[in-house]
Amino acid sequence: MSEWWTYSLSDFLLFSPRTYYRLFELYNLAVWPWQILAIGLGLVVLALWLRGGAWQGRAIAAILAACWLFVAWAYLLARYDTINWAASYFAVAFAIEALLLVWTGLVRDRLSLRPGRDVAGATGLGIFVFALFAWPLIGPVAGRPWLQAEIFGVAPDPTVVATLGVLVAADRTRWELLVVPLLWCAISGATLWTMQAPDAWLVPAAALLALVLAGWKTASRLRQASPA
Amino acid sequence: MEQTSSLSRRRLLRALAATGAAVMFRPPLASSQQARVLTKPIPSTDEALPAVGLGSWITFNVGDDTVARDACAQVMRAFFDAGGRLIDSSPMYGSSQKVIGYGLAKLNRPSSLFSADKVWISSGTRGPDQIEVSRRSWGVPRFDLLQVHNLLSWEEHLRTLLAMKAAGRLRHVGITTSEGRRHGEVERIMRAQPLDFVQVTYNILDRQVEDRILPLARERGIAVIVNRPFREGDLLRKLERHALPGWAAEIGCASWAQIILKFIVSHPAVTCAIPATTRVDHVRENMAAATGRLPDAALRARMVAHVEKL
Repeated sequence: MSEWWTYSLSDFLLFSPRTYYRLFELYNLAVWPWQILAIGLGLVVLALWLRGGAWQGRAIAAILAACWLFVAWAYLLARYDTINWAASYFAVAFAIEALLLVWTGLVRDRLSLRPGRDVAGATGLGIFVFALFAWPLIGPVAGRPWLQAEIFGVAPDPTVVATLGVLVAADRTRWELLVVPLLWCAISGATLWTMQAPDAWLVPAAALLALVLAGWKTASRLRQASPA
Repeated sequence: MEQTSSLSRRRLLRALAATGAAVMFRPPLASSQQARVLTKPIPSTDEALPAVGLGSWITFNVGDDTVARDACAQVMRAFFDAGGRLIDSSPMYGSSQKVIGYGLAKLNRPSSLFSADKVWISSGTRGPDQIEVSRRSWGVPRFDLLQVHNLLSWEEHLRTLLAMKAAGRLRHVGITTSEGRRHGEVERIMRAQPLDFVQVTYNILDRQVEDRILPLARERGIAVIVNRPFREGDLLRKLERHALPGWAAEIGCASWAQIILKFIVSHPAVTCAIPATTRVDHVRENMAAATGRLPDAALRARMVAHVEKL
């Protein structure tokens, strides 16, 4: 793309806000009652998080991977792709994230969570709870109909933010798992900002918080590992 | 480019409707009324085109939403009823091509349609496949105009389009740019290639093309399509805060949208402006700008001075 500096974000916005949110309405109607199952899965993640256990990390990784795959297929490929030609690339990225979750969490068992262990753990739990319970309320609070609510495991933003919560709280920061969620937050934040959505700041704010905490955890671990 | 709804415009439109002054508000226009629509000739073929067309950027990208698709079809119906012909789209515009195809099928494929689309793919060899997908989306036997979108891989695509035209599979060939980008290259292509059309951004505030592109188009006999006449609605949102100037009535304008469109199409080099909208009342209002008196050079200068001061 030549003269790239002459382009603004609005040059890349292919649809109107009305079309964007109406897509969620039609999508929610089409996949009902998957929303109930998805919230149920979110509650299972929460229970595993709080109770621990030998299969905690594996089960959480498997549930998150399933949610990422579902969003990739049911939303990005089947719905978003009808109004955004870039959606198929986003779907591939979501599928890659699902595979990484399976590989790191399920196969290699490198994802474990302990509640309230440190600031990052508590904040990560807070982010997850917010994504699961508060995210569906954002649309209605912003004046959009209930049918357009974005729900964990169904819509991309709450699924990505909930995953960030888990990754931030994990005993060890898995940067390879953070790349796709952080990129999505940048893309989604830019889309919502260009549409002048009042809640456009939420996704980037969650990403920034996750990035700061992950960086802080990594730095702390490196400090502890270095010889005195 | 989508027009905004504003109280002042609605009030104006209601007033027009109430006084019966707006011919365009009636259902399907009789052919005698359609004849009043201002047309301009395509220099290379002398075919007459209505000076206002219909864009589809953002507004027609509504996916599979049947309700929204039907609303777009209603916009298209109002456009054709008011004497419109040229509809413009691109593979870049998401579902817009399919939505246009849906609308055309609902309207029994109006014979007056002038189908203008683009090729937009970095690979020259994949251009023909993309064009065929676009043609099937529209449901037309061939395009009236195909343009190389934003000069992307223009050498290869232009070869394809010119070969299609020579084979009778395409009627007109063009190139596009927007927002003042790559004007030097556009100029070089206009000088060197046998173009029928060039598409550029032009409005009462964005007038860079007046310096070289528009004079060159006249000199070379190239038709000019004008995109983003309302700066994607921003220009109208800005202007609609102000009362219409007194001279608006001199050229039969009842809204800022009509003032902007009349300014654009009154340039001698401009063939057609392509505002996009999702609203039937707006498309009628836009088409009404292609009727009645156009501003002369003196009034155009006053229009620019007035708007620049706002």
